[in-house]
Parts: sequence; C-alpha cells; structure tokens
Amino acid sequence: MSALVIADHDNEHLNAATRCTITAAGELGGGVEVLVAGHNCAAVADAAARCEGVSRVLLCDDESCRAQLAENIAPLVVQLAERYTHVLAAATTSGKDLMPRVAALLGVAQISDIIAIVSQDTFIRPIYAGNVLATVQSADSTRVITVRRTAFQSAGDTDNPAPVETVTAAGDSGLARLLEENQTPSERPELTGADVVIAVGRGLGNKEHLDLIEKLADSLGAAIGASRAAVDAGFVPNDYQVGQTGKIVAPRLYIAVGISGAIQHLAGMKDSQVIVAINKDAEAPIFQVADYGIVGDLFTVVPQLIAALNR
Amino acid sequence: MKILVAVKRVVDYNVRVRPMADETGVEISNAKMSMNPFDEIAVEEAIRLKEAGIADEVVLVSLGVSQCQETLRTGLAMGADRALHVETDVELQPLAVAGLLKAIVDRENPALVVLGKQAIDDDANQTGQMLAALLGWGQGTFACAVKIESGAAVVTREIDGGTRTVSLKLPAVITTDLRLNEPRYVKLPDIMKAKKKSIEKLAPEDFDLDITPRLQTLKVSEPPKRKAGIIVDDVNELLDKLRNEAKVI
Ligand SMILES: Cc1cc2nc3c(=O)[nH]c(=O)nc-3n(C[C@H](O)[C@H](O)[C@H](O)COP(=O)(O)OP(=O)(O)OC[C@H]3O[C@@H](n4cnc5c(N)ncnc54)[C@H](O)[C@@H]3O)c2cc1C
Ligand SMILES: Nc1ncnc2c1ncn2[C@@H]1O[C@H](COP(=O)(O)O)[C@@H](O)[C@H]1O
Repeated sequence: MSALVIADHDNEHLNAATRCTITAAGELGGGVEVLVAGHNCAAVADAAARCEGVSRVLLCDDESCRAQLAENIAPLVVQLAERYTHVLAAATTSGKDLMPRVAALLGVAQISDIIAIVSQDTFIRPIYAGNVLATVQSADSTRVITVRRTAFQSAGDTDNPAPVETVTAAGDSGLARLLEENQTPSERPELTGADVVIAVGRGLGNKEHLDLIEKLADSLGAAIGASRAAVDAGFVPNDYQVGQTGKIVAPRLYIAVGISGAIQHLAGMKDSQVIVAINKDAEAPIFQVADYGIVGDLFTVVPQLIAALNR
Repeated sequence: MKILVAVKRVVDYNVRVRPMADETGVEISNAKMSMNPFDEIAVEEAIRLKEAGIADEVVLVSLGVSQCQETLRTGLAMGADRALHVETDVELQPLAVAGLLKAIVDRENPALVVLGKQAIDDDANQTGQMLAALLGWGQGTFACAVKIESGAAVVTREIDGGTRTVSLKLPAVITTDLRLNEPRYVKLPDIMKAKKKSIEKLAPEDFDLDITPRLQTLKVSEPPKRKAGIIVDDVNELLDKLRNEAKVI
C-alpha cells in the first residue's frame, strides 16, 4: 500500500494544489511518495520533501521534462507505477492532461476529481455539474486519481525533510513540442487558493468597467474570478473562469457581481464558506445559494462597498 | 486529410439532474438530450478545417444507445460527411470509449481526431487523452485555437495560468475548450440534406475488446444543500453581517 503523487509545478514552485493532493494520498493510509518531473527543478523537490506525510521524493530532472508534456511524462509515470497502489495528481489543467494518458497506458480507469475517500478503492466524485455525487468503487489494481483541491486540507511543512532520489526520464517522445507559453500576469492571490474571490459576470457590461472590480478586489486582497459569459465577452482572461468546466474555488468569501447563477457556474463555487451576490434581478438564481444578497445595480452598490471598506 | 470527430449524446446542459430517491441512479428518463456542447465545438472546428480546404472529409462517430443517431444527424446537418454509430445499451466508460475509438481510427486512418474536453454528464475529462495514449499520438487538450501547418497541428491550449501553444506531429488528438469557436446553427435545408447522408451501424462485438466498466457506481446522492440566505438592505448592513455574523472579513 503506497501512493505516488505527481507534483504540479513550474520548475520553480510546488503548486499548492499538490499539497492538498498529498493530504488526500495520506488518507489512503499507506506511504506517500512524490514525483517531481521537470528541468532545473530541485527547489520543487525540496519543497515536496518538506511536506508533511511525504516519505520519499523522486526527482526526474531532464530537458525532456522541462515543458511537462504529457507525451513525455506519462511513460515515466507508467514505469514507476507498478510499485504503487495509487497514483494521484491534482485536478489542475496539467493533472487533467496527464493522468488519463497514464491510466490508459496502464489499462486502468481514471477516477476524476475526487472530493472524498471512502476506502482504498472507493471514492466520491461530483457528476452532472456537481448536482449529483457519485460513490464509485474501482476494480483496478492501480488506481489513477485526480483530486479536487478544495476538498482536502493543504499539507503543512515538517522540519524533517524526506530523502530525494533521482530517477531517469523516459526521454522525448518526439510527438509534441512546446512553442510558447503565455502566463496571465497577476499580482493577486492565485484564484483556486484565494481567501476571498470577487467574481464578475456579464452584468459588468464592458471591459472598461473592470476597474471597479479591481478596486473592490484591492480593498479585500481578493482574487478575481468570472463567469463564462464574462470570459467570452473578453472582460477577463480565460483562466479566470469559475465553474463546471473552469476552476473550482471554495474561498472564505465569494462575492458574485452581475452573475445570474447558472448551474455550470454554481458547480465551481457553491462550496465557498460565505457567498454574497450583487445582482439587479431579485429573481436571479444566484440568490438561492447566497448567504447575503443585495438586489441593486452593481454600478451603485460596488462603489458604495469600496467606499465603506476603505473608510 | 480526414478528420474523425467523437460526439456523445448527453442530457441537455439546461436540465438540472437529480438522483433517484433510492440513490441507484439519476432521473433522466424524460430529460431533453443533446449533443455534448464541447462536441458541437469539435464538429464545428472540423467543418471549418474542411471549408478552409485543409480537410477533405469529416467523419462523426458516436457510441451508445440507438438514439445517438439523432445526435449524429445534428452533426451531419452541421456539415459532416458521414457517420458511424457503435450501438450498445451497455454503459461505456472513458477507457472503453477510447478503446473502441482506437479500433475505429485503425480502420478509418484519420490524420486528426477531435473530441470534446469533457462530457457534461460524467464530467470525466479523460477520453481524448486516453485515446491519444492508446494510439501513441500527441494530444492537444483544451484547445482554444488550432492551425494545421506542414504536417503538424499547432494547438493553443487553455491552462490554469493562461495559455500554451504546442506543435503536435500528425496524426494527433485534439480536445476542444469553450472558446475554440462558436458552433453554427443548423438550417432546415441542411437537416433535410443530412437525412441522405450515411450512418453506418457497428456493434462493440465487431471489435475484440473488453469494455466491461472498471468503476462501479455504488450510489448517487444529492450534495449537501446550502441554507437559504437573506437579502440585506444596503452595503452597511452587508459589511456588518460579514464582520460580525459570518466573521469573514
Ligand atoms: C458546456 C457548457 C459549459 C459551461 N461552463 C461554465 C463554467 O464553467 N462557468 C460558468 O460561469 N458558466 C459556464 N457555462 C455558461 C453558463 O451556462 C451561463 O451561460 C453563464 O454562467 C452565464 O454567465 P453570467 O451569469 O455572467 O451571465 P448572465 O446569465 O447573462 O447573467 C448576467 C447577470 O447580471 C445581472 N446584471 C446585469 N446588469 C447588472 C447591473 N448593472 N447590476 C447588477 N446586476 C446586473 C443580470 O440580472 C443577470 O442576472 C457553461 C455553459 C455550457 C453550455
Ligand atoms: N459514448 C461516446 N460517444 C462518442 N464520443 C464520446 C463518448 N464518450 C465520450 N466521448 C468523447 O470524449 C469526450 C470526453 O468525454 P469524457 O472523457 O467522458 O469527459 C466527449 O466530449 C466526446 O467527444
């Protein structure tokens, strides 16, 4: 019984979502090891080694792993997998890209986006945009799993780092090449880990009004999220989308501004601790999940809110 | 080049699905069914590549119950050339779908397979990646832009921090994200024309594959409901509640 967690990282920092995955792996009851595959990524391996509950880190530092292409990483994970009963990764875009490829090469099912562990072979995961929770049991000997970050605590640090061992890369598959990466620049907290999220919808009307939302986010030290409609309209970049097919968030405070509350949106935020909705339509479905609602025009309410917060 | 597009018949995205009282399954017997929205985007992309003179044939494939034919007709009306239907009443999980799709790829030899990134019923987000693995092909998942250039697919992918662009050797697998394109509306004459297009019927038994589900659903249940909240009168009352009642700021 032991689990391998595939680290999500950018060759410099360990993604906090991996810490939550380590916690989930620990709940399985056996040892937890972490694979860090990348290039010049020793700092990530060190961070993983310091995570509570990790007994060993496998470091694969190789040029062919720099861009962490699934085509290159999956064969490596498959080589290592026979030693483990569970292989887990965070349900980030890289985890979602990689893990089904690993599962298929192993000839096993993948259990996507789990929110709870019932036993070593039984897991709970949302389906139908989170309107239904399915309890599923795996018949495979290796369980390949992606983990929903917001459902598990983040693993803390220990003073006793686990040993780091190196493993050899599988090499370049020659199937794919990274041409370019565009990171959305942001000074704000990362959306899926933020304490406070201000989410903006189509109600904003146009991109020029985003200033208002920025100011509100500044007053609260918040991350900015969005509905699909706001992303499609070009108000914010694509990676701000919260929902069934975007990011899943569960902050302490979620403020939805000009968002109607479609099921696809609710799927991404309804586990937030406190939800506030600002919408001019009293019938908007977002009010059915909001702890506190203000029925009103956002262009009146939001400036008042900023003024009151900055007082 | 030939493009194969996988389309799944799913409960329409507007339907709010609920578990049955005995928690053995979901109540969908009378629900409106549609093509998975991501698959509509996949069909649209393939047709655009054909209209641009890059592809010469767009072949659809759907796996599942007999009514999948309706879903295929929709894709044919959008402009696909022909369709394959692997008919079965058995529940197909992503690995089985990927296995069957691989068998079809071996028969059809497309240069590109386009799938949705996620079926909105099982929310698995697996099949395209699994198919790419089984074929030993590259995968351009969560695509928001696709270009075909000198034997390669240049795919811009939506990722957590922004976007990244990869070049994939052809043949390759692509899965679509929402912003790849806006699918066209089908017009009545297209629906009429689509009736003449061929849908070839196949059965899982035609392929030598084990498609037994690996995951057994023990039960389905309703997620915990949120308590009804309150409407506050103004910003001051809101901040008071957030500070003193919810204690979140
Ligand atoms: C396959 C698929 C996947 C999807 N995935 C997602 C997803 O992951 N995330 C997501 O969010 N959506 C998703 N959607 C889209 C979803 O169905 C809704 O269309 C979308 O969430 C609506 O966004 P909205 O609430 O901003 O816009 P609308 O529904 O148009 O709502 C705008 C709201 O703003 C209010 N408003 C307007 N002006 C003002 C004002 N001045 N002051 C105050 N309020 C105002 C209106 O009353 C209205 O309630 C998906 C859809 C599909 C088909
Ligand atoms: N039964 C099916 N028939 C055709 N295509 C399917 C089927 N199941 C899954 N797919 C394809 O795989 C994609 C991802 O599905 P999933 O992995 O189940 O989320 C879908 O968007 C479809 O393109």
